[in-house]
Amino acid sequence: MKLDSKVPEGALAEKWTKYKSSMPLVAPNNKRRLEVIVVGTGLAGASAAATMGELGYNVKCFTFHDSPRRAHSIAAQGGINAAKNYQNDGDSVFRLFYDTIKGGDYRSREANVHRLAEVSTDIIDQCTAQGVPFAREYGGLLANRSFGGVQVSRTFYARGQTGQQLLIGAYQALSRQIAKGSVDMYNRHEMLDLVKVDGKARGIITRNLVTGELERFSAHAVVLATGGYGNVYYLSTNAMNSNVSAGWRAVRRGALMANPCYNQIHPTCIPVSGDYQSKLTLMSESLRNDGRIWVPKSKEDAQAIKEGRKTALDIVEEDRDYYLERRYPAFGNLVPRDVASRAAKVACDEGNGVAPTGLGVFLDFSSAIQRYGLQEANSRGLSTDDTNVTKLGKEIIKNKYGNLFQMYEKISGENPYERPMKIYPAIHYTMGGIWVDYNLETNVPGLFAIGEANFSDHGANRLGASALMQGLADGYFVLPYTIGNFLSTQIRTDKIANDTPEFIQAEKDVKERLQGLIDINGNQSVESFHKKLGKIIWENGGMSRNETGLKKGIAEVRALRDEFYKDVYVPGTISEFNPELEKAARVADFMELGETLLFDALNRNESCGGHFREESVSDEGEAKRDDNNYTYVAAWEWNDGQDPKVHKEKLKFDNVELKTRSYK
Amino acid sequence: MKLNLKIWRQSGPNDKGYFDMHSVEANEHMSFLEMLDVLNEQLISEKKDPIAFAHDCREGICGTCNLVIDGRPHGPQKGTTTCQLHMRQYKDDDTIVIEPFRATAFPIIKDLVVDRSSLDGVIQAGGYISVNTGQAVDANAIPVEQEVAADAFDSATCIGCGACIAACPNGSAMLFTSAKVSHLGKLPQGKVEHKKRVQNMVAQMDKEGFGLCSNVGACEAECPKEISLDNIAFMNRAFIGSVLTTED
Ligand SMILES: Cc1cc2nc3c(=O)[nH]c(=O)nc-3n(C[C@H](O)[C@H](O)[C@H](O)COP(=O)(O)OP(=O)(O)OC[C@H]3O[C@@H](n4cnc5c(N)ncnc54)[C@H](O)[C@@H]3O)c2cc1C
Ligand code: SF4
Ligand code: FES
Repeated sequence: MKLDSKVPEGALAEKWTKYKSSMPLVAPNNKRRLEVIVVGTGLAGASAAATMGELGYNVKCFTFHDSPRRAHSIAAQGGINAAKNYQNDGDSVFRLFYDTIKGGDYRSREANVHRLAEVSTDIIDQCTAQGVPFAREYGGLLANRSFGGVQVSRTFYARGQTGQQLLIGAYQALSRQIAKGSVDMYNRHEMLDLVKVDGKARGIITRNLVTGELERFSAHAVVLATGGYGNVYYLSTNAMNSNVSAGWRAVRRGALMANPCYNQIHPTCIPVSGDYQSKLTLMSESLRNDGRIWVPKSKEDAQAIKEGRKTALDIVEEDRDYYLERRYPAFGNLVPRDVASRAAKVACDEGNGVAPTGLGVFLDFSSAIQRYGLQEANSRGLSTDDTNVTKLGKEIIKNKYGNLFQMYEKISGENPYERPMKIYPAIHYTMGGIWVDYNLETNVPGLFAIGEANFSDHGANRLGASALMQGLADGYFVLPYTIGNFLSTQIRTDKIANDTPEFIQAEKDVKERLQGLIDINGNQSVESFHKKLGKIIWENGGMSRNETGLKKGIAEVRALRDEFYKDVYVPGTISEFNPELEKAARVADFMELGETLLFDALNRNESCGGHFREESVSDEGEAKRDDNNYTYVAAWEWNDGQDPKVHKEKLKFDNVELKTRSYK
Repeated sequence: MKLNLKIWRQSGPNDKGYFDMHSVEANEHMSFLEMLDVLNEQLISEKKDPIAFAHDCREGICGTCNLVIDGRPHGPQKGTTTCQLHMRQYKDDDTIVIEPFRATAFPIIKDLVVDRSSLDGVIQAGGYISVNTGQAVDANAIPVEQEVAADAFDSATCIGCGACIAACPNGSAMLFTSAKVSHLGKLPQGKVEHKKRVQNMVAQMDKEGFGLCSNVGACEAECPKEISLDNIAFMNRAFIGSVLTTED
């Protein structure tokens, strides 16, 4: 199969503008006759559904949540990037493009990323007009901060709740279209299959999660905006119900899963406290601006801390290893996410970790408290004795990070003003996703994928504050236009019937699949399988990967899958409200995706971005890319349980030079 | 610690429902919902029907979780959602009563899960600014005073959980609705449609089956995002204003 990226000709900076003005349009009277299904109401789905509704298409929008406003996007904290250059600090569309390509370790498509940087500015205008309360300066203009190790301030933010505010904006725009009747909204409807007719995506099968009823929905095109698959690791910062099933079912019907081994592990999350743990909580990256990361130099001290015989405060300065400052003097605690995460793993693997599980490192604010306290005391002419300095310093830290400190205390029960926080890396985001071309169309005609669900813009590593940007770029400013390319060829196609053999067969397949899960009537819970799967993927396809582990992981996942189909226990029936059944179907799909993820990691014998292969390192032990052999997108075809097949899209770089990332 | 749980069970909207007693072994580091996960694993291992409860982000931001714990929506801790509550609030042998959010406009789906689509209905009636994609002016073309923006933001933090309605003896959605009205109505972008928005949203509250507000104030006390009663006052001013102006 040849993967055609359909990147338009012309100079990089002009591609999108020219393409947009030459794309075939659909006349308003025809738009009314065309139906589009959008699955998902996160930033990508809600913005796409609302915008296509405004344009006059007939949209049917689906979410498994009880309301469109609950999508996982709601939880994003830090901010959203845009090349507005409001701070006049030298930012530009090209610089945002360049940072994103470089940050992605040269594994994304130039033309897509440039377009993303171009439309980023429109997003901020649109959201502000909708009433998104971005942070402002005293003069009333929008404020920015610098985020994720870039040299310009281009991140717009809404306190620590940027995702919430952006999603509410998109949800409100969607609500307006629902009221107008241009979007039919189906809450608590989970897509369980894609329906193809004559090779084109023409509809979906859903399960009404309240009644259990299976339904067939048809349309001229289908858009997946169904988010990332981080929960394949079981423990992640994703919402509990985030899952891969919509995308995976599309793969089962011929779409391709691109780069599933590119996953982002965020260095600052609250460590696991026990095996009942259901999810992990992110502590914003901004904490690394003031916190110093360390572990005890000696294993004995680490052991004593683990067992509660000592605390961080008992370890004197000389006995602490500030390993990031030691290994990366130029960037110190501010190295990129992937580097910081791996370094924490190394420290813990060597036996110097500090949490009760041994998997934790300290994030210490005492130096910052002293430094800020002293500055403050001096500038206000107050006493510089220890107690006063500490008190003033704590106030400053509280102003900067008060809500995060409070959240940490709620979860851990420890006061981070007195003792260093404990943190550990966790899965946070998935750069991989459904393969799409420049139009965001998959290799299945009429099937599109947007937002975190596609693989398109972040290469092997995503920069902070860029996922929100991509979701909204896709939904507001890209897909509603590029989908016209396909739909303009469909204006003579009548309403798609949903009672054709293809639909009836697909519904039957779903029914049998679900009933099959219940009929197993085994002895182990769905949750226990999900936990085991997560552990296998985390251990073999987590922060650091090697051939032996990956092969072992693949064998283990396959064995687990067999066991699942023999011994899982799903209570209840398919025709009722049944959360265990929902989970079971999702975990079944995670197993197949998980296996594919390991295959992808095994195939890619280079280290790039979030993917670290122990076989591919520099003399100093740092990640080493292999541009000669791996400058391609690996798009995987599911092969009915046999080894999945890889298809390659070669990446071409005409506008940037491929360089080695160095943080020494 | 061993806990005694008195939990509401109800198989569907038309079932009468009853309290069931369970006991579970928990530890202080667990979140409240993790404690229920443990109970559910226990029930599943006995091949019994697990307890249905709603949740998603488990970080206090999505607004999905909705338990009434010992009579209080979202439990005893101020400014905290159910999912953020941790078991260190409890001690060995405590008895905890767990119920769903109850209100006429929130029919029960199963056990502790309710249908809150009525809240979406209120937003669809006008909880937005009418601007199509691509119509916006440059974001810095309309400066907004920092305090005004902060004030609007405080209202915009509502997570749409419905605790205010569950707390209200009348099942009124005034706090929820007024939070949206204030968020949009305080910003220059949202002022144009303000009066119409208030009329439409208030009318929709009625249609969705929410009760009238009699200034009890329980909503503010139980709101996990500490949305203030001032929002209701702000909306009332506009409502009275809009009724007067449309009548003449
Ligand atoms: C804790 C946290 C903090 C973050 N902070 C930031 C940040 O500061 N900046 C940044 O840029 N990014 C951040 N991210 C990443 C970012 O939030 C996500 O990548 C982004 O929001 C994904 O949006 P989405 O629209 O693609 O998908 P989602 O928001 O995940 O939405 C998926 C939608 O699809 C629906 N769905 C899925 N499957 C089905 C199905 N089978 N049937 C029906 N409906 C289905 C769901 O109901 C939901 O509506 C953060 C992520 C996390 C976890
Ligand atoms: S006002 Fe408070 S209690 Fe009511 S829905 Fe909003 S966040 Fe929940
Ligand atoms: S589960 Fe999201 S707010 Fe509680």
